Amino acid sequence: MEFLSYLISGLSLGSVYAIIALGYTMVYGIAKMLNFAHGDVIMVGGYVSYIAMARAGLPGWLSVIIAMAVCTLLGVVIEGLAYRPLRSATSLAVLITAIGVSYFLQNAALLIWGANFKTYPSLISGTLKLSLGEDRQLSIPYVAMLTVVVCILIMVGLTLFTSKTKMGKAMRACSEDKGAAQLMGINVNKTISVTFAIGSALAAVAGVLLCSSFPTLKPTTGSMPGIKAFTAAVFGGIGSIPGAFLGGLLLGIIESFAKAYISTQLANTIVFAVLIVVLLVRPAGLLGKYVPEKV
Amino acid sequence: MAMLEVSNINVYYGSIHAIKGISFEVNAGEIVTLIGANGAGKSTTLQTISGLLRSKTGGITFNGKSLGGIPAHKIVSMGIAHVPEGRRIFQQMTVEENIEMGAFTRPGSEYERSVENVFNHFPRLKERRRQIAGTLSGGEQQMLAMGRAMMSKPDLLMLDEPSMGLSPILVDEIFDIIKAFHKDGTTILLVEQNANKSLAISDRAYVLENGKIVLTGTGKELMQSEEIKKAYLGG
Repeated sequence: MEFLSYLISGLSLGSVYAIIALGYTMVYGIAKMLNFAHGDVIMVGGYVSYIAMARAGLPGWLSVIIAMAVCTLLGVVIEGLAYRPLRSATSLAVLITAIGVSYFLQNAALLIWGANFKTYPSLISGTLKLSLGEDRQLSIPYVAMLTVVVCILIMVGLTLFTSKTKMGKAMRACSEDKGAAQLMGINVNKTISVTFAIGSALAAVAGVLLCSSFPTLKPTTGSMPGIKAFTAAVFGGIGSIPGAFLGGLLLGIIESFAKAYISTQLANTIVFAVLIVVLLVRPAGLLGKYVPEKV
Repeated sequence: MAMLEVSNINVYYGSIHAIKGISFEVNAGEIVTLIGANGAGKSTTLQTISGLLRSKTGGITFNGKSLGGIPAHKIVSMGIAHVPEGRRIFQQMTVEENIEMGAFTRPGSEYERSVENVFNHFPRLKERRRQIAGTLSGGEQQMLAMGRAMMSKPDLLMLDEPSMGLSPILVDEIFDIIKAFHKDGTTILLVEQNANKSLAISDRAYVLENGKIVLTGTGKELMQSEEIKKAYLGG
């Protein structure tokens, strides 16, 4: 019984990682950069929805939409101001800039909202209690169920978007060869902007769901989940949408089981150790494709 | 007025002066070839026309409009398609998705007819439409790159070494298709190392050496020129 409840909490945590990882992986796939500020956009999403819900008293669904709108705008502005001027710079310069943006966002949050943590009001409270005969009972928080469902919807939505729509296909074209994409008439800058917009909107959703499960909101809230989601994206095969989904879920489950059965303190160590082992065996990640080029 | 006028362009890669004041023109309905050895500046010239590279000085006009400062993705909708060196098809996308990308600037309503036209020229692509493009043979990839470019309905089609790395039979096939595109009304600017084949189908040609045009004439004239015979036609 305990096993099941650990599995459920792992799935829920993993779903949050997966949503964040999807943002990481899309941006990496198309802009070929690691946006280390992605985790901090989650934190901004958390604060914006917190203010909308707890201070302005708006309903949860509206707060989520507001947070998504603010984060989308933030993502596009970050890309335009910080990353676009570096489009032809070395990848190290872009990476350092991303780390800089991350610190900028954390410190801006510290200035605006202060160092004291806020207690986040869960989007939905309550638990579903399932009786499994005798006196065994399984309780599933509604927010965990919501998280998993939202994550699956996002994964399916993104898969359809990139395989069926003109913009989605243009993203894949940019991801493979920006020069050739331009020769098709695809506006690469606009495509990258749209990718950041989508990734940041997802970060807002992740922020709300994360804070609903772990209600301590502070300026560094996004850092660790951001790093873990990055790990999940690499784990699943960075650049791959199903890979990010799978990587996120597995990471959440591993973390949950490690906490339950081995050691709470060692949970993170175990998570990263698993990553190292997977990358030793499959350097491209679980679903990362190595496509041989035919000349 | 020529369809494409390139006047005195200078292109640099960092501090390397790759194109040193090239001027040439392509008239509507012509097949024009740029020939020259590796590193002569042929591909650089095409990339400058399609907007992937910028010339430091000089200008390019197409159908009377200056291309200066216009980003590459907008030049496509002005009527120039560029099949780059090495084909650069989207390897991980299907054949059909590649073709769809070629039609990116066109309204969806004409898609069916354009695809049919491309499949008429390249029946093999039709058979393989759902295949991942990276698994095609070299010749098929070249055909896909050419078909993809034709989807944008260009007035001017620029081809960068379409015969590179292909067997003689495939080279013949590719040149037949170029002639067919030309017959359908597309103006062609060709870059080739296969001087024999390309001069034979060209109205006019320019010879590039070290970023400069050193010789120009009709295809026939150049085929008979002693210099060209020595340098490019194997004696």
